[in-house]
Amino acid sequence: MFSADLLANAVVAGVLLGGFYAAVAIGLAIVFGQLDIVNIAHPAFVIVGAFTAYILNSRFGFDPVLVGLLAAPVFFIAGVLLYRIYFIAFERTGQESLSGLAFFFGVMFIIEVSLIMAYGVDYRLVQADYIGRVWSIGFVDFPLRMLVPFSVSALLTAGIYLYLSRTFLGSAIQAVAQDRLALQLMGADPVRIKQWAFGLGIATAAIAGSLLIIIGPVEPSVGRQYIGRAFAIVVLGGMGSIPGMFIAALILGIVESMVSTFAGPSWSPAVAFGVLALTLALRPAGLFGRT
Amino acid sequence: MSAELLRVTNVGKSFGGFVALDRVSLRVRAGERLGLIGPNGSGKTTLINCISGALYNDVGEIHFEGRDITRLPPYVRARAGIARSFQIPKPFRSLTVLENLQVPLEYAARGRAGARRATDEALEMLELVGLRERAHEDSAGLTQVDMRKLELARAMAAKPRLLISDEAMAGLSSTEVDEVLGILRRLNDAGITVVMIEHIMYAVMRFSERVICLDAGQIICEGTPESIVQDAGVQRAYLGA
Amino acid sequence: MKSTVFWGALATIFAAGLALTGVVQNEYYYNALYLILQGTLMAVAWNVLGGFTGYVNFGSAGFFALGAYTTVALNKALGLPLPLLILVAGVVGGLVGVGLGYLTLRLKGVYFAIATLAMSIVIETLVVNWSYVGGAKGSYMLTPDTHLWFDSYIQMLFVVMLLLTLAAVAISRMLNSSRLGRGLSAIRDDEVAAECAGVPTLRLKLVSTSVMGAMMGVAGAPFPYFVTFVDPLSAFNLFIAVNAIAMPMIGGTAHWIGPVIGALLLGTTQEIVKVTISSEMNVLIVGVMLVAFITLAPQGIVGLARKLRRGRPK
Repeated sequence: MFSADLLANAVVAGVLLGGFYAAVAIGLAIVFGQLDIVNIAHPAFVIVGAFTAYILNSRFGFDPVLVGLLAAPVFFIAGVLLYRIYFIAFERTGQESLSGLAFFFGVMFIIEVSLIMAYGVDYRLVQADYIGRVWSIGFVDFPLRMLVPFSVSALLTAGIYLYLSRTFLGSAIQAVAQDRLALQLMGADPVRIKQWAFGLGIATAAIAGSLLIIIGPVEPSVGRQYIGRAFAIVVLGGMGSIPGMFIAALILGIVESMVSTFAGPSWSPAVAFGVLALTLALRPAGLFGRT
Repeated sequence: MSAELLRVTNVGKSFGGFVALDRVSLRVRAGERLGLIGPNGSGKTTLINCISGALYNDVGEIHFEGRDITRLPPYVRARAGIARSFQIPKPFRSLTVLENLQVPLEYAARGRAGARRATDEALEMLELVGLRERAHEDSAGLTQVDMRKLELARAMAAKPRLLISDEAMAGLSSTEVDEVLGILRRLNDAGITVVMIEHIMYAVMRFSERVICLDAGQIICEGTPESIVQDAGVQRAYLGA
Repeated sequence: MKSTVFWGALATIFAAGLALTGVVQNEYYYNALYLILQGTLMAVAWNVLGGFTGYVNFGSAGFFALGAYTTVALNKALGLPLPLLILVAGVVGGLVGVGLGYLTLRLKGVYFAIATLAMSIVIETLVVNWSYVGGAKGSYMLTPDTHLWFDSYIQMLFVVMLLLTLAAVAISRMLNSSRLGRGLSAIRDDEVAAECAGVPTLRLKLVSTSVMGAMMGVAGAPFPYFVTFVDPLSAFNLFIAVNAIAMPMIGGTAHWIGPVIGALLLGTTQEIVKVTISSEMNVLIVGVMLVAFITLAPQGIVGLARKLRRGRPK
């Protein structure tokens, strides 16, 4: 059962998988980690991204990654609109805790059911010539359907990281979370900053979705499995720290890959929640958070 | 010299690297009126959080009526007779003004009062602070001033032996300050020990028999109101001179 | 509502339910009524923790499935009769509820809500990997031959569910309008202030989570007999969790009658839509109504009614 090449392949598969998880979690790291908005509908937007890639790929043969990039601005606008509703109905009246949570739960449900009504519960997939190819180094396999998402996700993470740390708007977003006074001194309107950041978070879901459907076939309710993963990664990564989030994503990917290699894939959904529960119980500030 | 009610021994509390309380010791006699002053961030609120149990101190002990309460949860301390008001009012927003008082009457003051009379007693206390007419309104709709009065009334409703009032008068007009002082004075006459944290110096000076001044988590001086205002350390802490 | 009126109403409803089984034969109606009652019971249970105490539980489906799978396992192992199965399912749900209650010590608000979702998925993974109760493939339940004096088994299940739901409503009302209820409200509004007012918050939260867990376990216990085939997909259905939140939110969470009103309204709408349009549309409607109500009428129907009454000139 246990062998070196099995282990090496499990680790590599885990790193590639974890890298992709970062793309799903990064939007939540901004929205939940930095803005404190509990958007549990985020994975549902990822699924919408996956279906967008499926539609444009099957109809016009567009490359899924390209579709993700093209769809991102549309997702951005959808995110801005969603935040407007959330702000007017909950944040402004100070009811974000209970009602806000239920609101996003409802949004998630509406998205999922709408997709089921439009496309049924069948698995959908995309075509691209790199899907199915495998690069091998020694006995370790690098399937391109994993390597491409990993690379795009790493680029996305690096891009967001640079954006947040190097640009005016990026630092304004971080100020919303940490330092209201600094934000006022910068002369920025917190609501507009949050709106922008929320849009950005949802825009990443378009790209994450296109990567998801490159990795494997997707059906509407797959999103639910990513709620636990995304939250586990954001919490483990220290709420809003982008590098912390990326490392946490790799850790989760490796642990899941190990569990599914050595215990069976049916156990892997519980891994993320196990990690999440342990983190919350033992070290709520995450691995890289300030205590 | 009457009996000792509260004894705080070497109590320390820090948050991360910040030392909020640095081994503070103090005693409060039964029936005393004690004023607690000090600049913002000097540790006053942390101290009463430790006494009421909202926070647990890292080191030191707290005794109430001779009993070690250091590790007891807040509700046990409330039942033992320690009540407090909060600096930023924390009304039970979904309950009416009357129900706000019923909670401590039913939970903290139980055994010291007949359960049947809870409503009557609550109404009496509301009368005392001037909220009787608002008894059946939602507490969330009260004005800031009324919320402060409710905060005080709710602490009273726990029928405490020790009442800690945390800046109950901030934002009140001078007539209202006098009103609240009158209420606290009457409670004290009825045998309740009162610890008052206050920024309004005139209120502290008029009310307190003894004043303790905290600065940077330490007691820098204590004495009669008259002696405190003369103290060089207090003047330094307040005026930065 | 006065106590005599309340108990009179409960007795009348129960009698009406019994009378119905003597008049109507069509099994469709009992199916529909059973589902509405199951929704009501879940909504009332969710509201004990979510509405009265202020802790959001996304994992209702997990508790429901605990009840359902308790029935599957014990029926297979010991062949226990239904009343005993319901009792055990209640105990199991209550015990897991106690565990959930201890979580509130460390996790507040959002984190608690996510942890409940996590718990539900962990339980689901355990069940999927537990071949004794059918694992991912699920298992069939044989409907017992005996159904007392009722014409069919579904009629009996309907009456059982009616009894359980009425009992839950009575318990919920008791929790809401008592000293205990005021304590729970105090916790919901401000936990620190509640402690300082003498409320033993942990103990009360444990009461709240265990009552919720027990009620949901009970709601799930007869489910295998109702569907005759249980698999993780049906028992852990997100639809159950969404309904349990949507119904109280629509009806109003602060008052015990809120979830009942919400459940009757939403449950009936669902059953009608299922027949007249489609079962997907029925699912979609829950989400839309949930979002619409919490956005536009955050206090639910009870809140709207109150506002109307207050706005009326005296």
